[in-house]
Amino acid sequence: MSMRLPCCVRPVAGGFRGRRLRDVHRDDNIIGDCAVAHTETSDTTTRRDFLYIATGAVGAVGAAAMAWPFISQLQPDASVLALSTTEVDLSPIAEGQIVTVQWRGKPIFISHRTPAEIKSAVDTPLSDLKDPQPDSARVKTGKEQWLVVIGICTHLGCVPLGHQGQYNGWFCPCHGSVYDTSGRIRQGPAPLNLELPPYAFTTDTKIVIG
Amino acid sequence: MEGHSTYQPKGKVAQWFESRLPIVGLIHSSAIAYPVPKNLNYMWTFGAILSFMLVCQIVSGVVLAMHYVAYAPVSFARVEHIMRDVNYGWLIRYIHANGASMFFIAVYIHIFRGMYYGSYKAPREVLWILGVIIYLLMMATAFMGYVLPWGQMSFWGATVITNLFSAIPWVGTTIVEWLWGGYSVGDPTLNRFFSLHYLLPFMIAGVVGLHIWALHHVGQNNPDGVDIKNVAKDSVPFTPYATIKDIFAMVVFLIFFSWFIFYIPNYLGHSDNYIPANPLSTPAHIVPEWYFLPFYAILRSIPDKLGGVLAMFAAIAVLAFLPWLDTSKVRSAKYRPLFRQFFWVFAVVAVLLGYMGSQPAEGGALIISRILTAYYFIHFLVILPLLGLFERPKPVPASIADAVLAKAKGGAVVVAGAAGPETK
Amino acid sequence: MTIRSSLFGAVAAALLLTAGASGARAQDAHAQPRPHRMSWSFAGPFGMYDPAQLQRGFKVFKEVCAACHSANYLYFRNLAQEGGPHFTEAQAKQVASEYQITDGPNDAGDMFQRPGRLSDHWPAPFPNDNAARAANGGALPPDFSVLAKARSYHVGFPGFITDAFIQYQEHGVDYIHALLTGYEDAPAGVHLQPGLNYNVYFPGHQIAMPKPLSDGQVDYTDGSPQTVDQYSQDVAAFMMWVAEPHLDQRKRIGFQVMIFLIVLGGLLYFTKKKVWSNVAH
Repeated sequence: MSMRLPCCVRPVAGGFRGRRLRDVHRDDNIIGDCAVAHTETSDTTTRRDFLYIATGAVGAVGAAAMAWPFISQLQPDASVLALSTTEVDLSPIAEGQIVTVQWRGKPIFISHRTPAEIKSAVDTPLSDLKDPQPDSARVKTGKEQWLVVIGICTHLGCVPLGHQGQYNGWFCPCHGSVYDTSGRIRQGPAPLNLELPPYAFTTDTKIVIG
Repeated sequence: MEGHSTYQPKGKVAQWFESRLPIVGLIHSSAIAYPVPKNLNYMWTFGAILSFMLVCQIVSGVVLAMHYVAYAPVSFARVEHIMRDVNYGWLIRYIHANGASMFFIAVYIHIFRGMYYGSYKAPREVLWILGVIIYLLMMATAFMGYVLPWGQMSFWGATVITNLFSAIPWVGTTIVEWLWGGYSVGDPTLNRFFSLHYLLPFMIAGVVGLHIWALHHVGQNNPDGVDIKNVAKDSVPFTPYATIKDIFAMVVFLIFFSWFIFYIPNYLGHSDNYIPANPLSTPAHIVPEWYFLPFYAILRSIPDKLGGVLAMFAAIAVLAFLPWLDTSKVRSAKYRPLFRQFFWVFAVVAVLLGYMGSQPAEGGALIISRILTAYYFIHFLVILPLLGLFERPKPVPASIADAVLAKAKGGAVVVAGAAGPETK
Repeated sequence: MTIRSSLFGAVAAALLLTAGASGARAQDAHAQPRPHRMSWSFAGPFGMYDPAQLQRGFKVFKEVCAACHSANYLYFRNLAQEGGPHFTEAQAKQVASEYQITDGPNDAGDMFQRPGRLSDHWPAPFPNDNAARAANGGALPPDFSVLAKARSYHVGFPGFITDAFIQYQEHGVDYIHALLTGYEDAPAGVHLQPGLNYNVYFPGHQIAMPKPLSDGQVDYTDGSPQTVDQYSQDVAAFMMWVAEPHLDQRKRIGFQVMIFLIVLGGLLYFTKKKVWSNVAH
């Protein structure tokens, strides 16, 4: 079947990209070339080009705006955001004990450290550390016995085991990362220290995480 | 989708690819070079609008499924969670809920356009029947989707519609329990409906592919009902001509759609569906969604259970036989003065049936429903076959180009049907 | 021509018959008057909630309705959200802390009571539906969360069509306001079932809920009239917000979308004309 095509729809290699609004612009260029080929006055051509470009641009903006709600809906919703703080009573946690609580679906280790554990953390020279950070930067002043860290190995997201490993801190069974009593990385593939969640003491024995 | 391609890839890579998977050529031949009758009116933009609506429903539906839970004790609450907590959840749900109605508005215009211009006639019978199948799948999808919010109308709509199958002699009760997965509509029903509600749109998309394939094989009908004889004179290439027209019509349709989404989002729904499903109490007045109302009226107008169900299904099935029930050789109502009037009477009857479907079935309303139901079938089974035999159509233009020419001279010439010189 | 006129005659007759049938129905409905349409701040294309009214309505809800009605999808955090009663977060926290919420189990396995937080939903007055029924003479006070959208009234033809054009969506709140102001002594000859009350607007007129509001019952601090009518409007508006908390945002975005689509549609119209300008069609 033979068919004479106007020059404005002359096929372009790989030219078709669907009839979505955002492609109007591209089609316009072809039509725009066509207008030139028809040897119209350049004035008409300019006006025509402007119309096509304006339509395509407005259509593209609309398509982008329309996409936003569909992207935004993937973000945490209002009910998830509302649960983003966790209150913990520290009084039942005995010295030397580590408890795990949940905050934003993640495990939070709360370690009630013994003086020996604090001492070993404080005495470690920074030069021994892969991710140098003094113990004082990882606890609240005056509350050095409480270490609160996010219980997720900074390697690939497993949950390390407490009171294990060479430094009596945490040991990650997945790939063998070893953390000390300050939750700092000492051995293994993990690059960083255990992360600290934002938290504050509301009373002497109560913290709010988040 | 074949035969029209003049596509020659430029460049080595494009040629290499095209000789292995000629998909660019396929797209080129069906969406760029495909010859479109130049006399199409805006009724022919609804195919594109329907494609858009299908995509819109699938996209918004997939997103809703990310937040929805099909479990009877929580489904109602989950929908409210979407409406309240999910970012733009209210927007996406209102798009989806009203989108179903928009889909049906567009499909009804599309169907009535086909009926008016005789788009079902040879060689487009298969194209038409594929359309009827799409319509059936749409109805099933919409019905199951309406059950998912698990409100009172969801629950009782599901109960009533599934009970239609209990009219089947001997095995009816067994079939209904099999549909339910229990002894009443319940959680198993909700779960299977959700599963199928997610599946069916993709089946629709598949049949739409066949529908478009068939369409591009036989070519589009047009307001004058004459085929393209000379591609250069009678047609224009799909892109840019049909493309830009379809996009324009789509945006106008979106304005209409947005009116519902943003300003009257619950207008087409029923307030009872904001009451959580209660298996112990039926709402005072059960009505289906508006797009089922004509068939609901037919169902209720027959005083016999099995008869009503059969009549309702027959009312849809009869559409599939339309190509053979209409005996006229002329396609377009433009050249069929009598048919044109009967067409509009039928359209009014269909709307009135819908209205009667929304009214309580009692007294005078029931009698009117019966008259309208009878006319519905008479139109297809008596009027259409006889009209083709007795009607004297006006002269049909020899070609699309002739029709366009006559219109340019003065539309009245063709419409009034004076023995036009254009029909040599 | 005779065929044509007889066809149109048939159609006209069908229309008349249909209208007649619905007219007969309207007479049935006459016993139950249609609620008055009030002027709601949130009606129409630019209508938004009035935060002051929502705060008053919240007060009525909190002090009167909440004694029997739950609002399970209303969270304390909602009170401070955009497009609502515009309480500050501190005020919302204060309201939450006035309520005791059952939480748990704690480490010992026991449920315990603690003050409410923003992430808690409005505490239900009864532990379950059966308890609510038992305390209310067998009738279940419906949950308030979406009640304003779950109630409506019959509009009929052609009102239901004009409502789509004038964007009238406030049938639920009209009904609630009418119901709350519709308590009357039962007319002579009406036999009230024991425990039920007469209400003009309630379907069947016999409602289990006793007249809940009386003049001066709730103290308003903003000088609004302390009447049953005002209370009813305020609490209905509050219920509408609880049912449709994103209405303000919806209408704001809607306006932007409409303007955008009209501009795009206009541009496309001229583009389409230009593209087709060299083709007779």
